[in-house]
Amino acid sequence: MVQIKRLQEAGADIIAVIGEIDASSSIELDLAIAKSVGEGFKKILVDCTALEYISSAGLGVFMSYIEELRDKNIPMVLFGLKEKVINTFDILGLATLLHICPTKSEAMKLANELSV
Amino acid sequence: MFKNKALIRLALLGSMVAWLILLFSDVTVLFSSMQGLQPDVPEWMPRLMLMAFVICLFYYYKLRVERDDSLNFTDLLWKVFATGLITTVISLVLRLLVFLLGRTALATNVIFSDFIYQINLALLVNFLLAALISWKRLILYQKSKWLLRTWLAFDAILFFILIYDTIGISVSDTLRILINLILGIMLITLSANMRWVAYLNFRQKWTSLLLLLLMFFYLAYFFYSVESGAETITKESTGFLDFRNHLFIILLALFISLYGIFSFLVILFNLPTSSVFEQKLEEVVNFQRISQSIQTEQDEESVYNILLESSVSSVFADAAWLEITAVNNDQKIYTYKISEQEAKNIREHLEKNNIRGVLDTGSEKTKNLSKHLALLKGSRFRSILAFPIIVKEETIGTLALLKELPDGFNKEMTRIVSTFANQAGISIENFRLMEEAFQNARYKEELKIAKTVQQSLLPAKLEQDPDFEVAAFSASADEVGGDYYDTLRIDNSKVALIIADVSGKGTTAAFHMSQMKGIFHSLAQEHLDPKEFMHRANNALTFCLERNSFISASFFVIDTEQKKIRYSRAGHCPVLFLQAGEKKSFYLKDKGAALGMVRNHNYRNHIETNEIPYQAGDIMVLYTDGITEAKNEKGEEFGNDRLAQALNEVASLSAKEIEDHLTKKLYDFTGTKNINDDYTSMTVRFKI
Repeated sequence: MVQIKRLQEAGADIIAVIGEIDASSSIELDLAIAKSVGEGFKKILVDCTALEYISSAGLGVFMSYIEELRDKNIPMVLFGLKEKVINTFDILGLATLLHICPTKSEAMKLANELSV
Repeated sequence: MFKNKALIRLALLGSMVAWLILLFSDVTVLFSSMQGLQPDVPEWMPRLMLMAFVICLFYYYKLRVERDDSLNFTDLLWKVFATGLITTVISLVLRLLVFLLGRTALATNVIFSDFIYQINLALLVNFLLAALISWKRLILYQKSKWLLRTWLAFDAILFFILIYDTIGISVSDTLRILINLILGIMLITLSANMRWVAYLNFRQKWTSLLLLLLMFFYLAYFFYSVESGAETITKESTGFLDFRNHLFIILLALFISLYGIFSFLVILFNLPTSSVFEQKLEEVVNFQRISQSIQTEQDEESVYNILLESSVSSVFADAAWLEITAVNNDQKIYTYKISEQEAKNIREHLEKNNIRGVLDTGSEKTKNLSKHLALLKGSRFRSILAFPIIVKEETIGTLALLKELPDGFNKEMTRIVSTFANQAGISIENFRLMEEAFQNARYKEELKIAKTVQQSLLPAKLEQDPDFEVAAFSASADEVGGDYYDTLRIDNSKVALIIADVSGKGTTAAFHMSQMKGIFHSLAQEHLDPKEFMHRANNALTFCLERNSFISASFFVIDTEQKKIRYSRAGHCPVLFLQAGEKKSFYLKDKGAALGMVRNHNYRNHIETNEIPYQAGDIMVLYTDGITEAKNEKGEEFGNDRLAQALNEVASLSAKEIEDHLTKKLYDFTGTKNINDDYTSMTVRFKI
């Protein structure tokens, strides 16, 4: 089960992911990112502070946006990942493909740098 | 059934016998009284026989009419009318006979007059009883308990009056008045039950009026006949059965006429409103059609057509259209007496005037948009009413009804059609739910097939070598996963191993697994460096995998000549390696992105080849994340540490025994054999 909340801050869309992302709930994550892109946000931050677990399907969602966001020049930065979660990203080699920061302020800073 | 028929015949026979005795005894009594003789039969005989006749005939009609459920109201009236017709014809034939006889001795004979009179009386009783039984059916239509009791009381009173007529008990005046009063109230109460009239349609009402009118004529005619017959006989003698003294017949005739008149008037006054009632009935039928369409294996389309038809006929719309967004987002339009272009014009006109109503699917309210229509030039319509069709709280379409009259729709119509629209929504929802259920069933079937495919993709036999032995274990959850492992001999001194995990589940996972198998079997033979293998595999998969799918894999080439393993890890779980000499185990966490993560030549930068030498006793455990992520009751994961620990415990055993131990440990940990992910592991143990 996952709960996804979106709020806007300083021109960035912050998607907060709460709970666990498995094959079925990954659709919600996909929808949230798609909406954010569709609404024209130029910076996307994903708040993973409350993300307990992510399955390969959930990782697939992040992966699927890498190219599209790069083409559209929209930086997506993940922050607040738990060690276990970041480990999952790491094993798959996804950590080097995504922008991951420890805190929100760092994530915001990185997003601002990237969007220039 | 047979019993019933026999009873009917018995009743008829009884009534005939009774009547014959009645006729014979009455004539005898009359004759004796005229001659001043003591009659051969007792004087009470005719009355008793009349009673017997009445009772037998009553049962005859009761059995015939009451048991027949197929009769409708006009049929009942028709039966009474037919009885009346037959009896009247018989009576008229007799009259003609008397007329032909002229003033002969026979014609003026009192005995003959009595004979004719008795026949007429019997016919009258016949008619009255037939009518009584039919009236009972009509009055008791949609009966209440109370009404049924009143009728039973009425029946009983009729019976007592019949007995009273027969034996002639003397009753005091007060009691007589009281009984009359009760009877009067009873008659009026019973006659007020006219529910059946409402169920007649316009044509049936006219038929009923005609039939009732003719019945009145019969009644009048019979009364005239028996009255004049009785009058003639009375002049000569009073020693006969005079119906005018027979309260039962009088009362019955009164009741039949009263209810006949009531019915006649009620039907007459109901004539103008019958179309309204018919309309209501049609609405109910339409409503039923919509709600039943689901059970009769019809499709969504037929629900839309029924909705359109029913709505149009319920509110007398001149035209209508129904716009629906189907499941696959197709726009469909159903029209009635309006062209699609015309409908489009009206829509566009409303949109242009910025009217936010039902016609744009954002609204969920029924709206009367007539006032906006007045502005549209060149349209023949002056009223429009629009309804949303809602399925699962989502508006999927609009029903628009049009009239050429201004202010053509009233509140009542709005209510009816909105009920139709709601019901249609429910029907559609049911259809879609059923469709989903079918899909689910099909999906499960597909999963079964996928599982079989997946199982068949795994190798039946693993490559063995004097240098090492390989054992593997794989179990999958109900849902098919995409775990894959395999071995392939490249040449005398080289063997390739692979373990892979396809993201996602179900048929697609099994499908990608088979692709991975194809890639492994073709590329592994090419003597490729593991990095190159991964690079080519990534290239091959780039165009096969869905946007959000990827495959994690580890590829190994064991070189028995050089005693080393060259491998590449593409996002797969790090391999657990146990060095016998050092007595320690560790995970080979090298760099590497999963296949499909980077879908261009850049992938080269995200993958590398590594090398590790092996010695006798070294053990390598390949596994998928199902094992390390397996959870126990407390929600803890099996994890890397427990896996390494388990391996350390059995470092000296054979590959097969190690596999068995690891599996046992895993199942002990989770506490159940019901796994919710795929477990796959492959153990390589080096011997030399």
